Amino acid sequence: MNTNRLGRPVIDLRGVFKTYGEGEAVVHAVDGVDLTVERGDYVAVMGASGSGKSTLMNIIGCLDVPTKGSYRLDGVEVRLLNDQQQSKIRNRKIGFVFQNFNLIARTTALSNVELPMAYAGVSGRERRRRALAALDLVGLAPRVDHTSAELSGGQQQRVAIARAIVTEPVLLLADEPTGALDSHSTDEVLDLFDNLSAAGRTLVVITHEEEVASHAKRVIKMRDGMISSDRRLVAVAAPPPRLRQTTGRAS
Amino acid sequence: MNVSESVKFAWRGVTANKARSALTMLGVLIGVASVIVLVAVGTGASQSVTDTLSSLGTNTLTVRPGSSSGGFFGGGAGAGSGGGDTTTTDTGTSTRAATLTMADAEALSDPTLAPDVVEVAPVVTASSVAATYESASHTVNSTTGSTAAYLSINNDTVASGRAFTDADYNAHSRVLLVGPTVAKDLVGGDGSDILNKTIRLNGKAFTVIGILEAKGSTGQIDSDDRIIAPATAVQDHLSGYGNLSSISVQASSADTVNDAQTQVESILDARHHTTAADRDFNVSNSASFLSAASSITSIFTVLLGAIAGISLLVGGIGVMNIMLVTVTERTREIGIRKAIGAGKYDIIFQFLLEAVMLSVIGGLAGIGLGYLICQIEIAGFKAIVAPYSVALAFSFALAVGLFFGIYPAMRAASLKPIDALRYE
Repeated sequence: MNTNRLGRPVIDLRGVFKTYGEGEAVVHAVDGVDLTVERGDYVAVMGASGSGKSTLMNIIGCLDVPTKGSYRLDGVEVRLLNDQQQSKIRNRKIGFVFQNFNLIARTTALSNVELPMAYAGVSGRERRRRALAALDLVGLAPRVDHTSAELSGGQQQRVAIARAIVTEPVLLLADEPTGALDSHSTDEVLDLFDNLSAAGRTLVVITHEEEVASHAKRVIKMRDGMISSDRRLVAVAAPPPRLRQTTGRAS
Repeated sequence: MNVSESVKFAWRGVTANKARSALTMLGVLIGVASVIVLVAVGTGASQSVTDTLSSLGTNTLTVRPGSSSGGFFGGGAGAGSGGGDTTTTDTGTSTRAATLTMADAEALSDPTLAPDVVEVAPVVTASSVAATYESASHTVNSTTGSTAAYLSINNDTVASGRAFTDADYNAHSRVLLVGPTVAKDLVGGDGSDILNKTIRLNGKAFTVIGILEAKGSTGQIDSDDRIIAPATAVQDHLSGYGNLSSISVQASSADTVNDAQTQVESILDARHHTTAADRDFNVSNSASFLSAASSITSIFTVLLGAIAGISLLVGGIGVMNIMLVTVTERTREIGIRKAIGAGKYDIIFQFLLEAVMLSVIGGLAGIGLGYLICQIEIAGFKAIVAPYSVALAFSFALAVGLFFGIYPAMRAASLKPIDALRYE
């Protein structure tokens, strides 16, 4: 599997289990998952609610640690990290996009996008330059000074995407990114993802919509905490299947 | 994460809910202001007491008859009396042995045995003296008979007219000095018309040769309701030839007052055949009274400050309460921040800073308010803002912010991002 240019996968899950509760009431949310995601891949993780896909996403996003098994994110064993180090690895290696945007309230788009760089210790001027570039990339350059309350759902999600990519993370992790959007905004966001993928970024999108999954290069289906199918649509190095050069200006 | 960024976040937190932040600050504001005001009132009162006592002279001794079993405070009262109201009846526990004589007073002015004594004034008093002038009459609170030296020993000055002299004393002249209260009561107006008039004291004619400088009142006692006349004349006509009610002694300086006290005691011990154990007189020292008074007032200042400190503590609990509410309210924001890379210490710092901002802004406003309140005269004296109380109140406010902010901040930082993000 390790045949990509940099030699190591972005995500490398080996025998991962996650259980909640004890004894009789034990719940196996993730029940033995092996998964490798190569650099530049665009993976959709599908499954009904209760299939364990959200738990898997929390593990992949370093928001939760597996009960058993090994998870290497870009070569780093996450289980060995403490709370502070997990914060750091989330900051450096992962960009999150959530269903409900999760922008900081009463704060401008620009400040929201600058935030991860603030925690990374990037200087003020550099931070502003990169935040403006990221907002330009998602097509929101004219709205940098708007607070989230002054932006539509689609615009808020694009701010969230700008915030996710501004630190140049190795992994862009999206949890139901279009779940709260209308069809027009959904298309905008998915086009943006296609462009980011075409630009060489690694994306993992958790979704239950076939429409969203059809944009990915590889579709993984989960059931009862296990991977039930793993289907590749196009090669890792190929452009995403539904790429259209219309919105955004992916570099 | 740099400091200015954290300050910005914290400030945004403070301003997000202005009314609530303002009310929280009010708690700290009142605490800090009350610490400053109450300590200032204490300091002002202490200063006022010290000034009053110093104006009575810090280098005087008062010798009174009776054993010293009345204790320290009996002595203290004696020193206060030296200031002018020498008729204060001794109702203390000490038995009033009639033991001080004119000869005792003369013996104290011995440059060899008492080198540190510069002036000695025997004091006789008469009680309930009725002063009449034409149809007006006035019962004088304090009637003192002494020598010319008495005035300088007691820091008394004559505002108009002249003081009596040793010649008046030796001649048994029926002259007297009156306090402003007596003067006003007898002749009306500002009392200045009484000068050179002849008034009657218990029916005996005396000529007013001077009006004493006003001393004001100390508490309930009007220090200006008094007359001073040569002791010889007072004995002749008002008090009779009994023993002295006290002897006022002036030491050469405030530094020698303790030496002078020892000298006075040894001279009188020798004359009365007594020792320290069975003395039939006691010597009170105004300097020691002054230091006792200032230590008492400083205890009060500390007490007032401590009471005010409690309100500052209550203000701090208000800060903690609001910070706990804020952390709960902003659980989701904390989750977002942690998800995108805020570490534990970033979150602690942000919320701690927010708590400190609330308490420090409240504290600064409290200092301002405290200063304003201290400009008002309270109970006849000016409150003096003690710089240490400002520094103390401010650092206490800061400490309150840190102390009461740490728990909510820790609680915020220990939230798991996954739980915090799910929080609705």
